Amino acid sequence: MSTVLEVRNLVKEYPGLTAVAGISFFVEEGSCFGMLGPNGAGKTTTVEIMEGIRSASSGEILYRGKPIGADFRNEAGMQFQSTALQDHLTVRESLQLFRGFYKRRADLDELIEICSLEQLLDRDNRKLSGGQRQRLLLAIALVNDPKILFLDEPTTGLDPQARRNFWDLIEKIKKRRTTVLLTTHYMDEAYILCDTIAIMDHGKIIAHGSPESLLKEHFSDVVIELPREDFTVSPTSLPWTVHQKIDSVEILVASVSETLARLLELGVSIDRIKIRPRNLEDLFLELTGTELRA
Amino acid sequence: MIARILAILHARNIEFLRDRSALGWNILLPVLLVVGMGVIFSGDGRSMFKVAVLQQSPGIDLTAHRFLQTRFIDFYAVGDLDDALAKLSRHQMDMLISPADQPPQYWVNESSPKGYMLEKLIAGTGSSDFIRGTVSGSAVRYVDWLLPGILGMNMMFSCLFGVGYVVVRYRKNGFLKRLKATPLTPFEFLTAQVLSRLVLIMGLTAMVFAGTSYLIDFKMSGSYLALFVVATLGATSLISTGLLVAVRTASEELAGGLLNMISWPMMLLSGVWFSLEGTPKYVQDIAGLFPLTPLLKAARHIMLDGAGLAEVLPQVAQLAAMTIVLLAIGAWLFRWQED
Repeated sequence: MSTVLEVRNLVKEYPGLTAVAGISFFVEEGSCFGMLGPNGAGKTTTVEIMEGIRSASSGEILYRGKPIGADFRNEAGMQFQSTALQDHLTVRESLQLFRGFYKRRADLDELIEICSLEQLLDRDNRKLSGGQRQRLLLAIALVNDPKILFLDEPTTGLDPQARRNFWDLIEKIKKRRTTVLLTTHYMDEAYILCDTIAIMDHGKIIAHGSPESLLKEHFSDVVIELPREDFTVSPTSLPWTVHQKIDSVEILVASVSETLARLLELGVSIDRIKIRPRNLEDLFLELTGTELRA
Repeated sequence: MIARILAILHARNIEFLRDRSALGWNILLPVLLVVGMGVIFSGDGRSMFKVAVLQQSPGIDLTAHRFLQTRFIDFYAVGDLDDALAKLSRHQMDMLISPADQPPQYWVNESSPKGYMLEKLIAGTGSSDFIRGTVSGSAVRYVDWLLPGILGMNMMFSCLFGVGYVVVRYRKNGFLKRLKATPLTPFEFLTAQVLSRLVLIMGLTAMVFAGTSYLIDFKMSGSYLALFVVATLGATSLISTGLLVAVRTASEELAGGLLNMISWPMMLLSGVWFSLEGTPKYVQDIAGLFPLTPLLKAARHIMLDGAGLAEVLPQVAQLAAMTIVLLAIGAWLFRWQED
């Protein structure tokens, strides 16, 4: 796979704040690259510099080996975290407006079908629900049949059903070999959609790789979760790391069978036990010592 | 490039036409003003008498004639007799006197009630030594004189606030940021904004012009082509002024303040409500910097004096130059958003 976008030593400084502190990475053609991190980690600033919306204090962004220019703007599709559209326009007119800016144009009917906008075409864009609006914004990002698509926290504020529908949409777009660059603070979203992720905190990339490889690299254990009232022994008497949460207790163990045998010996009820592999949320906690969405 | 300009032009026109309250207000306000003013000023509502004194030096020697010592009369100096008589015929002054002549002379417009009052005043001050002169020429009602001012003022507010506020709103709500992510250039965006507002304001002004013409039979002596050229250039220069306010800020409050700061002096000093005849030179110099001043001067010259395009060329040139300079500065300073 060839590199479509490359970031070299990117720095963005504001008075009294370094938003992006010298990061480098590349995005491969046809892949889905995820940038994860809590609010204020520097994800949006990084992406907006990559999109050409903001200027960098130093560093380079290369699109197909060249600094970003007119080619990039013609071939890139972008969905910002929050975008206002022109008032008094219908969904169809909003699409036509943005479509008019590009030489390269997606088939409008196909776009409407992909984003399920058939029933909304004549609706004023101010009268859309959160999920409908995100679908319109995605369709606008796709009007030029982009070769690279930027999605900045596209599912923030959506209900779980709308989020899942949106993920299905992104999967469809990925199948068209469009390169996707996604920022999110939902670890499950990144895990499902992304081939490669970069975890950002305080303007730096603190982990980079495929979700599977990162989990393998950092974890060899699994999580055993018990309701708190069932966990009747002292955590200090056990040889494992125990995290006590409000309603539950999480035990990090290498061998599930040995742990279960030991818990039974101690008289702990395992009727309501849950066993899960370590996830990206755990990885973030491990790397930064803070909850992702704190 | 043309396709991108047309795309944003079309969308902006739809936005404006569907915002029915704003559209209605844009049409209704000038009609109300014209009808209202026509009723109020059916005589001539100004309380002050304006008397021009024909002399070469700017300062008035009040001892030259005792009529000059009459209170509540605004005496001011004029140097050119023909020019002054033309203004007297258009009611831009109430009387012209030449106290230095032997014997002294005065001229009035016979259709002017104020001129008549001033003649009685002269007689009342015992100044029977004056020779009476009159000017001919069709009478110009105040409403005839006022109408170009009202249309120009409406054009000014619509251009300044309609463009300036819209661009600031677009920047504030992030629409400009979204446009920046497309191949649309600032030049294309600004051109579309200018064209959109220009087409709309010219259409609205033409409607108001026709509607007012039906309601009040006002004077239109000159060339419609000349008036169209002057109005187009005037509106473009005013839109460019509005854009200049909106090139950077994302604050509607700041933009509102700046637009008010520009529009109020223009409304007061550009000759919307009263002629600048007799005002100090520095006031006229300041007024000359505003696009509305040459616009109104040319429009009145066309409508009241029957001027053609050739006769308003100085104002046309001034408006064109203002437009080019303001647009160039605007395009240079324009930012889609703060970095």
